[in-house]
Amino acid sequence: MIAIVDYGAGNLNSVKKAFDHLGAEIVVTSNPETLAAADKIVFPGVGHFSSLRVLDQTGMAKALLQAASTGKPLLGICLGMQWLFEGSEECNEIAGAGIFPGKCRQFPSSVKSPHVGWNSVTVKESARILQGIAQNSFVYYTHSFHAPLVAETTAATEYGLQFSGAVERGNIFGVQFHPEKSGDAGLSILKNFCEL
Amino acid sequence: MLTKRIIACLDMDGGRVVKGVRFKNLRDAGDPAECAAAHARSGADEIVLLDITATSSNRKTLLDAVRSTAHSLFVPFTVGGGIRQLDDAAAVFDAGADKIAINSAAVRDPTLIGKIAGRFGSQAVVVAIDARKNGAGFEVYVAGGRTPTGRDAIEWARQATACGAGEILLTSMDRDGTQSGFDCELVRAVAGAVSIPVIASGGAGSAPDFIEVFREGRADAALAASIFHFGLENIGELKSELRDAGIPVRWPC
Repeated sequence: MIAIVDYGAGNLNSVKKAFDHLGAEIVVTSNPETLAAADKIVFPGVGHFSSLRVLDQTGMAKALLQAASTGKPLLGICLGMQWLFEGSEECNEIAGAGIFPGKCRQFPSSVKSPHVGWNSVTVKESARILQGIAQNSFVYYTHSFHAPLVAETTAATEYGLQFSGAVERGNIFGVQFHPEKSGDAGLSILKNFCEL
Repeated sequence: MLTKRIIACLDMDGGRVVKGVRFKNLRDAGDPAECAAAHARSGADEIVLLDITATSSNRKTLLDAVRSTAHSLFVPFTVGGGIRQLDDAAAVFDAGADKIAINSAAVRDPTLIGKIAGRFGSQAVVVAIDARKNGAGFEVYVAGGRTPTGRDAIEWARQATACGAGEILLTSMDRDGTQSGFDCELVRAVAGAVSIPVIASGGAGSAPDFIEVFREGRADAALAASIFHFGLENIGELKSELRDAGIPVRWPC
């Protein structure tokens, strides 16, 4: 059972639909106990970093970190991946999980923001959930803040600068792009996650 | 490198895809779910579904058509037409849209942009602007091109951006359905005036039109309907021509 975290912001439909399409057994939940009982957790996110405030208020942040510490696979998507870092300039008073180092920042003024559309990824071969994804495959992005390149970066994308398109360490995975909206490449990535 | 997007647009009337010329003389072009899937397979980067008679006939968006179209579509999916308030947008998102496009309702009440963006994020809010040349400038029309507003398109694009829009879908009414090329003057003026992506629409007829609107019009994306529906231009072939001309596109997909 894969739990998709619903924290009241944004729209989880597309993520749910993609896992349904792959035949995965899923539950959309805002209940920390359901998270604890799930085999895997997907933490999607769209919108503003401040919408993550509710994670602390509901005990969800604690439940996510607790689940992650037990070795359960956790996939953060978009804002969900940004939360895995220390924080974001978008809302300095809310702390991220700090699993990956550094803060999410705005794009340089040389490029339009938000970064919207299909961009290519440079993939590190060792990446587990990016297995089978060809070098320079296109994935769909829509975001105004980006995570820095870190030792755990498994896919990098160029937009005014190089940033982390995907990260992983052990059982923790993050993708800044939207695999649920990235055609066949995206579905392959979600399938890899289902098969971990 | 960020690619230029090719967006296939489905204009829907009564649950069927239709296409007209200069917003009139509608012809049947098929079932929305089937059309959307076929366009995605042939290389469309996004699908836009516009319920073009929802506003003029004063009814809500056809949610069943949205649901069936979204069901097995795994590229971004935008829905517009008949969205007048936050609840309407929520219902369309719930039916499977990734973004909503608002036009008449945003002109009437620009705070609607911020209300929807506040709940679903700016990336989910596309402000659609239908504009027609008027003297030295471009005038905004609403209600499917039926009603002139007296407003300047560039000023309105700026205001919509400030209100929290994530993208501008800019349609030249003068070029709509004519296949005589995009209105690069209009697109360039708006793209230069706002910080968010601009999708050019109206007038696509051939690959050189797309090359021109990306180069001269500085569009971030280009949308077309007529040429894709009636098989005049295969999206894959179009993208391959764009790539050969040095325009970055997602091809092969």
